Amino acid sequence: MNQANLAIEITDLTIAYKEKPVLWDVDLEFPEGNLTAIVGPNGAGKTTLLKATLGLIPPSAGQVLVFGKPLRQQRRLVGYVPQRGSVDWDFPTSALDVVMMGRYGHLGWLRRPGKAERDLAMQALHSVGMQDFAGRQISQLSGGQQQRVFLARALAQDAAIYLMDEPFQGVDAVTERAILEMMRRLRDEGKTVIVVHHDLQSVPEYFDRAVLLNVRKIASGPVHEVFTDDNLRAAYGDRVTRLGAAALPQLEPESRAGLPVMGK
Amino acid sequence: MNLQDLFTALFFDYTLRTVALGSAVLGAVSGALGAFAVLRRQSLMGDAISHAALPGVVLAFLISGSKDILALGAGALFTAWLGTMAMVYIRRRTRIKEDTSLGLVLSVFFGVGMVLLTFTQRLPNAHQAGLDRFLFGQAAALLERDVVYMAVFGGGALLLLALLWKEFKLVSFDPEFATGLGLPVRALDVLLTTLLAVAIVLGLQAVGVVLMSAMVVAPAAAARQWTDRLGSMVLLSALFGAISGVAGTLVSSLAAGLSTGPTIVLVASFIVLLSILFAPARGLVPAALRRRAQASGALSQG
Amino acid sequence: METYTLEIILIAVVAAAACALPGVFLVLRRSAMLADAISHTVLLGIVLGFFLTGDLSSPFLVLGAAAVGVLTALLTALLERTQLVKNDAAVGLIFPALFSVAIILISRYAGDVHLDTDVVLLGELAFAPFDRFAPFGVDLGPRGLYVMGGILLINLAFIGLFYKELKLSTFDVGLAAVLGFAPAVVHYMLMSLVSITLVGAFDIVGSVLVVALMVAPAASAYLLVNRLPAMLALSTGLGALSALTGYLLAFLLDASIAGSIATMAGLIFLVSLLFAPEQGVVAQLRRRARQRWEFAALMLNAHLLNHEGSREAEQENRASHLTDHLRWSPEFASQVITYAQRSGLIAVEGDHLRLTPAGRQRTLKHYPSSGTLEGT
Repeated sequence: MNQANLAIEITDLTIAYKEKPVLWDVDLEFPEGNLTAIVGPNGAGKTTLLKATLGLIPPSAGQVLVFGKPLRQQRRLVGYVPQRGSVDWDFPTSALDVVMMGRYGHLGWLRRPGKAERDLAMQALHSVGMQDFAGRQISQLSGGQQQRVFLARALAQDAAIYLMDEPFQGVDAVTERAILEMMRRLRDEGKTVIVVHHDLQSVPEYFDRAVLLNVRKIASGPVHEVFTDDNLRAAYGDRVTRLGAAALPQLEPESRAGLPVMGK
Repeated sequence: MNLQDLFTALFFDYTLRTVALGSAVLGAVSGALGAFAVLRRQSLMGDAISHAALPGVVLAFLISGSKDILALGAGALFTAWLGTMAMVYIRRRTRIKEDTSLGLVLSVFFGVGMVLLTFTQRLPNAHQAGLDRFLFGQAAALLERDVVYMAVFGGGALLLLALLWKEFKLVSFDPEFATGLGLPVRALDVLLTTLLAVAIVLGLQAVGVVLMSAMVVAPAAAARQWTDRLGSMVLLSALFGAISGVAGTLVSSLAAGLSTGPTIVLVASFIVLLSILFAPARGLVPAALRRRAQASGALSQG
Repeated sequence: METYTLEIILIAVVAAAACALPGVFLVLRRSAMLADAISHTVLLGIVLGFFLTGDLSSPFLVLGAAAVGVLTALLTALLERTQLVKNDAAVGLIFPALFSVAIILISRYAGDVHLDTDVVLLGELAFAPFDRFAPFGVDLGPRGLYVMGGILLINLAFIGLFYKELKLSTFDVGLAAVLGFAPAVVHYMLMSLVSITLVGAFDIVGSVLVVALMVAPAASAYLLVNRLPAMLALSTGLGALSALTGYLLAFLLDASIAGSIATMAGLIFLVSLLFAPEQGVVAQLRRRARQRWEFAALMLNAHLLNHEGSREAEQENRASHLTDHLRWSPEFASQVITYAQRSGLIAVEGDHLRLTPAGRQRTLKHYPSSGTLEGT
């Protein structure tokens, strides 16, 4: 494995809500230029891991390094796609406006977004196929379109690392394909994409690497190494093993870099 | 009095002009800041803040011994701010929900204010008369100096709103993303609520504790129906607030027994009603018409 | 004067108890602000009732007020259903409008009647004993006591009769609907109850205080106990206590009785907030301090367990290493090690830390059920 460039390095991360551990002593490394899925059962701490990486939740112990430095100094390198349900879509704002919010970090205090930001935002909308909806009030977009607006906002952040929280949740097939293509394009450009994902079956098809999580880290690494019967059983209990085993034969190591998109 | 007389009075009657101007400023400031409160689901925060201001007014009087509007305003702002912080603390640290924390702060702070007020009234030589003006408001008693203060402090609040526009917008829409960008979300939160408290304190002596909350909610709720942009919503909300202020003042000057505060609130409520019914994109009537046109269109096609 | 004092206290205590009961459900149903809204709009009902009957003591006033109270809840729900404004904004739009109408009606058409807006907002408990209930010339005591006593009985009866329905529709609206308990009907019945209570109480104690009596004791009880019957009993008791101590405060300061009762209700809440056995701030802090050690020790165990037997174990499982990786200060790390060692969770060999069998078992117990560690 290419150890030279670690996009994110998490050491001994422990998070507790009301003294109950949600994440326990997790060590993780995310090498640069990979597409990684974070999977695990409900309540495994997937979203918590993502939010802690972003500094949204203070850890009880441990630390997160972004390209070798504390997150605080590297915020601009990290783009974020939150869950769609986390905001009020009735907020009076347009798709383009939301995407421009991705530039606020670069703008700094007091400066207003201008033509440069507008152009960048339009470009980001273009790359998710949403250019025709730029002026649309966000509540008038479908779920999939809203998700793509959030992705475009992260693109506008022009980050090196993208953290996405269940981007495929409740989206249509067109959007799913668009999101997948975008993630691969980012990966091919050398960016690091880390995605909280809940559909085990599509992991081998969509991702290079996987993190199997259930409060503690069960396994992490290339998908075919992580998705073993033992690991899946450790994360999910017995009920998923058969499904995991069924998924495994498709996993030929050499096809890992460019898995074909399965027809729907 | 006919319409022409009314406008003549507006320009030449000193009292009426002062009151109308004061109500306009107050309506504009609370309208603009109210838009954020409504979008952040803090519509009832205004109600709690205005009630929580009462003990501060009396305390400021007890300490300074004067009824100087600046001293009273500072006192009002202090306890109003204390009240909002208490609400935030209760909500964050206990299992008590938002509505209960609002009701609690509102009634208890007001109760403390009542104790202080009645206590003061029984002190010898205390010229406390007029303090209870803050309870129900008395727009007619506005002086030119009050209006100048309103304009200065209200203008200051609006200036801050404009300077931190994109930050306030992001914090209101998506606080998590804002945290991810490294914005001090909690501080911005507190600042925005403080600005709202400033707007409310400015309006207290004109419309009073009970009705001030309407000046926060009504213009914003009306403005939201006409536009899908935050900028135009805030401007429109300020405009509706100012219109309510001026129109309410004028209408109440037409007849005896029409107190200014309630009249302003009724004008604002009327604007809300019109907006909810007739605003082109979201209004109930246009929506019903569109549905009917669609249904008949489908029929004729089918 | 002695009997008057007694009567005032009695009225206040009965009013507090009558308010506290429906207050519990308002607090649990997150509708406390509806009480605030209704406490203002009942004024409109009273004004309209007065215009119809011309009599300020007519029972129709209570009916009118209760009707407007329910109307407030209804209009709010209706406005919310348009989806054009959010729930909180709907409340904030409806009640000031209705209240403004009431004030204008009073000041324009009923200026000379005893319908002072001051009294409405603030109430005047001190005058309550002067209003006697004297049928056929026999003085049976202050009218307010009978009014509030009656309302207390109505509230008790309602909660007694519909306890199951109220409880279910408060905790699980969906289930209540599925089981055919019509949560909407229960909701509006509760709102009628709240309105009647508010009407009865507000010319005695004032509308703002009524809100304090409905919300504060229930909120305190919510922090102190965990079960609904206990919460009902306790909030009634705390309401009565607020009334008693509030009267005392008012007497000492020669200040507004209603305001003093609200102040005491707030003070009781503050005490509950600080010292409630489980939910209180002090208890939270103490629990956190105690659990900090336990938790740190467990965290240390988990760390050791995770790296046990692996290549880097030599590296990771050293006392000096904890400072780097768990971000613990050297002092804290050595304190935790001492704590864990004393509890028999780990063994220390020089700089090297090792889990004891007890420590391993304890740690595994805290992992999720499916967690076997052999997969790594």
